[in-house]
Amino acid sequence: MAVARPKHLTLILAREFASSLATPMLIADERGVLVFYNDAVAEIVGRPFAETGEILLDGWMATFEPRALEPDPTGDERRPTQIAFQDRRAAHRRFRVISIDGVERQVALTAFPLFAHADEFVGIVAIFWRE
Amino acid sequence: MRVTIWGCRGSVPTPGPRTVRYGGNTSCVEVALDDGSVLVLDAGTGIRGLGDELTKRGTRHIRLLLTHLHLDHLEGLRFFAPLWDDDVTLEVWGPPSPTQSLRDRVGRCFSPPLFPVDLGHVPARVSFHDVPRTEWRLDGALLRADLVVHPGPTVGFRIETADASLGYLPDHEPALAGAIAGRSTDWLSGAAVAANVDLLLHDSQYFEHEYVERIGWGHSSVVDAVTYARAVDARQLILFHHEPYHGDESLEELEESARTLGADAAAPPVLAREGMVVDLA
Repeated sequence: MAVARPKHLTLILAREFASSLATPMLIADERGVLVFYNDAVAEIVGRPFAETGEILLDGWMATFEPRALEPDPTGDERRPTQIAFQDRRAAHRRFRVISIDGVERQVALTAFPLFAHADEFVGIVAIFWRE
Repeated sequence: MRVTIWGCRGSVPTPGPRTVRYGGNTSCVEVALDDGSVLVLDAGTGIRGLGDELTKRGTRHIRLLLTHLHLDHLEGLRFFAPLWDDDVTLEVWGPPSPTQSLRDRVGRCFSPPLFPVDLGHVPARVSFHDVPRTEWRLDGALLRADLVVHPGPTVGFRIETADASLGYLPDHEPALAGAIAGRSTDWLSGAAVAANVDLLLHDSQYFEHEYVERIGWGHSSVVDAVTYARAVDARQLILFHHEPYHGDESLEELEESARTLGADAAAPPVLAREGMVVDLA
């Protein structure tokens, strides 16, 4: 039995943290693959993670047609998850999204990178704040 | 591959009449490879006896693999005879820290008020290396070191040769990251180190009733150790890192418990014991 792509310990601990939170939280790995979201995210998106499975985060986010509630003052139209992944810095923005059940919801999204060491990027965490 | 246990006690050395059968020295395991080279796992007080043995054998090149730097895994190094021999080359491998080099962290043990001789003044040629993030080779073995659940930077080691494999997770609390049974192995702490090994040395410090009062201390109950060995398909589990308050009789109760829990295992779990030798082929 070989372990296919074992998760970094940081992600394992982040998942356990997310599992014990009522705050919606998702985790993507260093490749930008969504590897976990908790039940509170499932409530927002209308589907448990077990049904979604591991999938590229960017494409998955796009399916919810996120529309920013206000323009970014710097003109950066990327989603916080994209900024956290590409620029490896924290970002925050408010959106309207349409979940799988067709319900439109207003959420704020905070995303930040995870570094196991200064030069070892292992993924990102994103937290949704229901508004 | 020949695996010899020189120390398997957890936390603090425990000499005395209550611990004569399984020993009181803290973690140290010798791994002798078929090509004659020697890997040493951890530098608890068990390394003192190993050092005398390596001196007798005339071993001049030694690789020491440190899982972490808690004292029970490091305190024997100052009394490791090869360190005081200027003909010896000692390579020390250990977990990286975000803030300090391995040498600086180990060096704290070799400084006042803990010790009179600075690490820079020991006679042996000593070098320090952070464990790589990917597998690497030392002599005839393929090694892997992954961070595992335990307070502070801590790794487990996998040592693999053409015909044998060993997993060494002496300080490990995988249950802190969620239930072990039923979890996909890619989400299981240390699973890539332990998967399918011929021999797994794994933390089993506590009985279940003790563990519930010590959650987060970084160690496993015997139930979790057996469940973990089953989850990673280890062929043989050796129960390691004995609780200092467990005398020989108490440890044998723990072993009995493990054997009951692991009744479906190919080989029944056994207690680590000082002087135990396991040949893997």
